[in-house]
Amino acid sequence: MPILSFLVLPQAGAMEQLCADLSAMEHCEIIPSDNQEVVVLVTDTPDEEAENKLQEMLKNLPSLQSISMTFGHNAEQ
Amino acid sequence: MKLNRRAFIKSAAAGSAIVAAGSIFPGISFAGWQQQEGASGQISWQKAPCRFCGTGCGVLVGVSGDRAVAVKGDPNCSVNKGLCCVKGFHSVQALYGKDRIKKAQVRRNGKMVEVPMTEALDLIAAKMKETIEKHGKDSVAMYGSGQWTIPDGYVASKLFKGCIGTNNVEANARLCMASAVTGFMTSFGIDEPMGCYEDIEHADVFVTWGNNMAEMHPVLFSRMLASRKRKKNVTIIDFATRTTRSSQAADKSILFKPSTDLAVANAICYEIIRNDWVNWDFVKKHTTFHKGKTNIGYGTEDHFSFTDVPEDISFEQYKTFLADYTPEKVEKISGVSAKDIKYMASLYGDPTKKVMSFWCMGMNQHVRGTWIQNLVYNIHLLTGKISTPGNSPFSLTGQPSACGTVREVGTLTHALPHGVVMNEHDREMAAKIWDVPVTNIDPKPTYHTVEMFRALDRGDIRFMWIQVTNPMVTMPNLNRYRNGALKDDRFIVVSDVYPTPTTAVADVILPATLWVEQEGMFGNSERRTQHFDRIVPGPGDTMSDTWQIIEVARRLGFQKQFPWGEDEYIGKIWEEYRRFHDSPKHNMASYEMLKERSGVQWPFVNGKETRWRFNTKHDPACKPGTDFDFYGKKDGKAWIWARPYEPAAESPDQEYNFWLNTGRVIEHWHTGSMTRRIPVLHNAMPESYVEINPEDAADLGVVNGEKVKIISRRGSVTMKASINGRGVPPRGMVFVPFFDESYLINEVTLDAFCPISKQPDYKKCAVRLEKV
Repeated sequence: MPILSFLVLPQAGAMEQLCADLSAMEHCEIIPSDNQEVVVLVTDTPDEEAENKLQEMLKNLPSLQSISMTFGHNAEQ
Repeated sequence: MKLNRRAFIKSAAAGSAIVAAGSIFPGISFAGWQQQEGASGQISWQKAPCRFCGTGCGVLVGVSGDRAVAVKGDPNCSVNKGLCCVKGFHSVQALYGKDRIKKAQVRRNGKMVEVPMTEALDLIAAKMKETIEKHGKDSVAMYGSGQWTIPDGYVASKLFKGCIGTNNVEANARLCMASAVTGFMTSFGIDEPMGCYEDIEHADVFVTWGNNMAEMHPVLFSRMLASRKRKKNVTIIDFATRTTRSSQAADKSILFKPSTDLAVANAICYEIIRNDWVNWDFVKKHTTFHKGKTNIGYGTEDHFSFTDVPEDISFEQYKTFLADYTPEKVEKISGVSAKDIKYMASLYGDPTKKVMSFWCMGMNQHVRGTWIQNLVYNIHLLTGKISTPGNSPFSLTGQPSACGTVREVGTLTHALPHGVVMNEHDREMAAKIWDVPVTNIDPKPTYHTVEMFRALDRGDIRFMWIQVTNPMVTMPNLNRYRNGALKDDRFIVVSDVYPTPTTAVADVILPATLWVEQEGMFGNSERRTQHFDRIVPGPGDTMSDTWQIIEVARRLGFQKQFPWGEDEYIGKIWEEYRRFHDSPKHNMASYEMLKERSGVQWPFVNGKETRWRFNTKHDPACKPGTDFDFYGKKDGKAWIWARPYEPAAESPDQEYNFWLNTGRVIEHWHTGSMTRRIPVLHNAMPESYVEINPEDAADLGVVNGEKVKIISRRGSVTMKASINGRGVPPRGMVFVPFFDESYLINEVTLDAFCPISKQPDYKKCAVRLEKV
């Protein structure tokens, strides 16, 4: 049951699309910056399977240019 | 509210990402997070001005429970628009250093022992009474700071000047901005900048005079760089005595020899007149010409006294005076090429360009500090580039309330909250508002800061209360003043938050609240008053500096003058203080309005802030029917001064063959007593160093990191060499930051000062170097 946070950068001109895509994904909460093209993403998945599925979706998101993890917590560890 | 554990971890995850974003993307803001978190009850955000420099950035302090846990720039504050520097981002950690002073301490048999606050306050009051009875009212003194909140300074002035009847109130701002004050007073007859930070977005040219803004005022420097990026036609000139990060970012770096900025400023004026770049309409309508005494001394002897005698001169006499300052002659004095002088003059002289001049300690800590301010104002006055958006000579300050508390409240020996002690009308106003007999207020100033510490050494002062400052690190020629403070029959009280070399000489230490552990107000460099609430509780027995003074005042019998309750005193003090400034020239916002906004600029008239003073379009205090009114002077005109070049008090010679220049670094604020307790800042810059020019280092046989002894006629310090580091001095100069109490560079510096402002010169004295 990991909780992770990331800094996510959109492809050029795709900030709005990125926010829409991430908001639509299960287990995701976003905090977009109001003055720069950066999004904070917090994920909270119930199990390993959901986590793996989410990571795969993020990896293939066309509006996403880069993603870097800033925080990780796993209650099972 | 009971927190859900998972929600708490998610909040920490978000917070971690936001902090990471802040360090990677300067100025980034997540306003949405504030609302989200506020709604959840986990972290609440409250506004405050930053605790450190005089820029006055608005910050939002994140509080969880009773603890301040985060800081972000306040996007609603026009000063920084959401930006913060590295010190600001980490500022709340200064509240939680492990060695925080939480209990009062009293020296007994040579050792400090903890006592209840009431016992310490009783002792202070008793000692003050005893000292006054034995040695007279001028034997007790208060030494405060530009970090005093406005209420701190106000009650100190009221107690000492109004109630006790001594003008022995000074503040460390004498060490950092006194020359700025006398510059304003002599040129305009009234203190503080005419412009505001908004000038940055309007200006086409920036000239920084001996001012490393990239490290000292990074948020304003960022605004300058952002403007250059946005407008494309902006030019930044770094005019300095050593190469710094500001030089690297500038379009042109011009180095001058110490003290010769006086000659270069005159040469710029010479060129402006020679090329007929003078704005004659402005000069004829709004200026007059003057000269003062020359060869005025350096204040190195006790009881030094000087009073300038201004004389009127004509424009032709001024022009004749400038004939000694042709670019070619000044090139020989200053080391600045005639071509560069002419280039700088052409930037100021071009009528299509708006020009800002910025300065801070380089011009203020100068044995001719008042003169150099006058000369830079001359440039702006001759060209009429003043008091309009983007045309702005701008004196920056280094402390959060040097303007608010020291300059506006008047916590200097000669000053009152309105005017000066020498003026009968000003004394009457103070006596009326303070409810004391007018005869209580002595019409004669006593000691400026250097002379106050000399008086302590001599024994003319026997009791000194030091609040919110660290003079046993910052006083020049420090050995003398530390030895004076340690003499047997001196009694020193220190109110502070951490142990410092100043608490080490104390007989009583009072634990003080810090920043948002108390309510208060600061006043920044652009005439902006900024209120902050008590956001978190102070630890242990800590008490605000204001309340400490009130407690002692009441013990001295002045209950009538200090009647307020603990839940209301800041608001009551503000409204009492505001009566001193009840005029269109200086009216200030109400307590309620200050609580609402991220700062309010004065003069605040009819609900409107004044951005550009002396300009009739913007300033309601100007006389109608004219475009500008320099109302600080009786005739409504600004003064252009003929001030000559004179060398420093002590220059390198055969025995002491290097200039010593001292200053600051971006990571640490002043003496480092707060920032050195913030792990990330301390680790980034763990100790001080001496910058040496690479060729000088090679001559000495010193490599980076090797130890060097810096020796002057007053003392010596041994520290590591920095060669080709972030700053590079020219040959024949070394630079040492003063933040590190392990290397007291002020044991080496000279206590010479500007005879008009009485501000010491920390930038110029002679030393020699030895490889250790």
